[in-house]
Amino acid sequence: MKLRMRFGKKGIVKFIGHLDMMRYFQKAFRRANVDIRYSQGFHPHPYLSFASPLGVGLESCGEYLDMEVNSYDDLEAMKDAVNAQMTEGITVYSIHHLPDDAKTSMSIIAAADYQIDFREGMAPCDKETLNSAVLHFMESPEIRVIKKTKKSEREMDIRPLIYEMYVTSRGGIWMQVAAGSVTNLKPELVMETLCKQEGLSCDSYGWLITRCDMYTDTGNEQEGRHLVSLDAFAG
Amino acid sequence: MKKLALSDDILLKVEKPARYLGNEINTVIKDPAQVDIRFAMCFPDVYEIGMSHLGIQIIYDMLNARDDIYCERVYSPWMDLDAVMRERKIPLFALESQDPIRDFDFLGITIQYEMCYTNILQILDLSGIPLLASERGEDDPIVIGGGPCAYNPEPLADFFDIFYIGEGETVYYDLMDVYKANRAAGGSRIDFLEKAASIPGLYIPAFYDVSYNADGTIASFGPNRPCAPAVIEKQVVQDLSSVLYPEKPLVPFIKVTQDRVVLEIQRGCIRGCRFCQAGMVYRPNRERSLEYLKDHAAKMLESTGHDEISLSSLSSSDYSDLQKLTDYLIDTCAAKKVNISLPSLRIDAFSLDIMSKVQDVKKSSLTFAPEAGSQRMRDVINKGLTEEVILKGAADAFAGGWNRVKLYFMLGLPTETEEDIAGIAELSNKVAATFYEIPKSLRPGNGRVDVVASTSFFVPKPFTPFQWVRQCTDEEFVSKQKFLSARMKEQLNHKSLRYNWHEFELTKLEGIFARGDRRLGKVLVAAYSNGCIYDSWSEFFNYEGWLKAFDACQVDPAFYVHRERPLDEKLPWDFINAGVSKDFLIREYKRSLEGKVTPNCRQGCSGCGCRIYEGGVCYEA
Repeated sequence: MKLRMRFGKKGIVKFIGHLDMMRYFQKAFRRANVDIRYSQGFHPHPYLSFASPLGVGLESCGEYLDMEVNSYDDLEAMKDAVNAQMTEGITVYSIHHLPDDAKTSMSIIAAADYQIDFREGMAPCDKETLNSAVLHFMESPEIRVIKKTKKSEREMDIRPLIYEMYVTSRGGIWMQVAAGSVTNLKPELVMETLCKQEGLSCDSYGWLITRCDMYTDTGNEQEGRHLVSLDAFAG
Repeated sequence: MKKLALSDDILLKVEKPARYLGNEINTVIKDPAQVDIRFAMCFPDVYEIGMSHLGIQIIYDMLNARDDIYCERVYSPWMDLDAVMRERKIPLFALESQDPIRDFDFLGITIQYEMCYTNILQILDLSGIPLLASERGEDDPIVIGGGPCAYNPEPLADFFDIFYIGEGETVYYDLMDVYKANRAAGGSRIDFLEKAASIPGLYIPAFYDVSYNADGTIASFGPNRPCAPAVIEKQVVQDLSSVLYPEKPLVPFIKVTQDRVVLEIQRGCIRGCRFCQAGMVYRPNRERSLEYLKDHAAKMLESTGHDEISLSSLSSSDYSDLQKLTDYLIDTCAAKKVNISLPSLRIDAFSLDIMSKVQDVKKSSLTFAPEAGSQRMRDVINKGLTEEVILKGAADAFAGGWNRVKLYFMLGLPTETEEDIAGIAELSNKVAATFYEIPKSLRPGNGRVDVVASTSFFVPKPFTPFQWVRQCTDEEFVSKQKFLSARMKEQLNHKSLRYNWHEFELTKLEGIFARGDRRLGKVLVAAYSNGCIYDSWSEFFNYEGWLKAFDACQVDPAFYVHRERPLDEKLPWDFINAGVSKDFLIREYKRSLEGKVTPNCRQGCSGCGCRIYEGGVCYEA
């Protein structure tokens, strides 16, 4: 049986890396008596997978963990049992059931929302200037960047991967960008490019980044993108 | 939300920031304002090593079981953070409250190996606590040390206010009560230490004076005030099934060395190997009851969510109820996909049967610890293991599907000859040959065997029958290792053999401090100021810095390591009664020179002196 859990990660746990989070949940599920399904053999591994790794230092209120279980009674009760085992800063918001043929969130994720706030005194400029910079940035027909991967460097246009971007009422930035295994855009790269292109000071330490949600795309070529939160998607 | 001692910019810059956060699962959270005593428990090495140590976990739970004490943890900051803390003058802090260590009542340091001594100085230095106990004031924490190296505390005498000789479960509560009473009475630091001196097992180095002969040996050693006893008595737990053992061990966020439940099934060892300090100072052997272990195994697995449990002891095969315990664990763990790990098992039909049930034979290797290559040498060290038993074990293992074997040996043992060293190569070859005696079609794996022989260099330790012998020089060690390397290559099955050896520089330092005295304190300070730290980490080991320190302090290392001590010499640790009597150690030393084996504690009592503790194997029916 497949389940999908949405959780948040805030405060000091933002320093816990992706692989350690996986180990953390494996142990937490054991403590909470969640009947996780394991592979066979001498080194059985649990069927657990995250939608997308979250960088060290980033917070989130929209993380997803898919799991397979052998049995369960009540999902609300399971959520409470898991929450009772959580450390400060990690909260499970919901667990929902998926059909047996559901694909993993990792394979269907298409977009993510990020909120960027600035540390005290570290905003690159005043709110008005930032607002016009973002508007100008979004009007660019193309935004060419050098994207570095472990193996290579290549130039690409990231403009089509930024779906939305604006300045929030409290003076931060909100963005919705492409995410997934094929095209993935990191909020840090968007911020760097924005600052560089619009002539703003660029100190990544000043950015407090929160991932707010992740989506799959149920649209098609004719009608275009139709993003559905992984929390609301049971396909 | 929890406050942190380090700012985000530091935590984002250093490697593995989770080392410094605290808040691990099962962390004890108390309000420091609501307790009488704040105790910082330290393992002076990096977090991943320190968090794997059982002793600290026991003391952590024991002290925190009292409402009037808050015990927190501290480990050595890694070198990246060390630099930042010095540059920005950030005082070392405890993980739980993130408060500076220098504001605590106690700093307890477990001293597990000689090569962490410079890290102890780092801990004091970063905390802002004077390195020398003599320079500490009323507001500084009381610095207390314990653990195996405390059986010869003298090289560290300058840096500690108190040493705790024996097992942590015994007198800590008494010490805490004395501390509270002294404070309530308006007593000073020295008043407290004087009262602590009357608690059995506690050694206050400042209360003892040493004088030396012209040749550098000790002329006299004794207390300089009436409160200090002439002999410090090791404290041991009589019944290990009636003392506290962790039920909710800490679960770190990052992967640490022991990423599993550790179940200590017994303490001490019946074997009496003559090189082994643990086998001597942890006597008498005491087992925990089967029921106690079953209960704790279940509780710890439940409270941690760990997917592995490991049995801990010096020699698990000697635990009386091992079959019943492993049957129970196999039954309960299989359903929950919990792995069982069984280190320190003797390889025989019984253990192979258990291991084949709990691990993947194809992927695991088997470890034998013959320690010496020839039967003569094994008799000298009282390792009651014959070549026949080893080869039988290997044959059984190969028949059971294993084809990887590790063999552990020591070089530089007392009376060692070239034949003994050659014996290591020959025994390794025979183990490989045993594999090739199996008909080709029945050989496991890819039809080849992989035998890895490793040698470490022998370091004589206090409270062992070899405490008087000389340790080999660097040149001797190197020539022994080269001789063995060459012999390995000459073996018929040399293509199946691999040989690894340890570095000799570290061995030399370990030897100096293991049997050192108070005069080494200044060398430690000098080495630390030369930048020596994390000595057991090869990337930081700075032999030059050490050699300069010995030079600058005009201390000759050879006096401590390369000198055969007469049996009547006053040894720096003679004031401690560790249970094993000097008569017994001399008897054992003489028997070793005659190549005579001494029976283990179950076969017959050798009168080592540990019956005084009125427990354990000495009183088994």
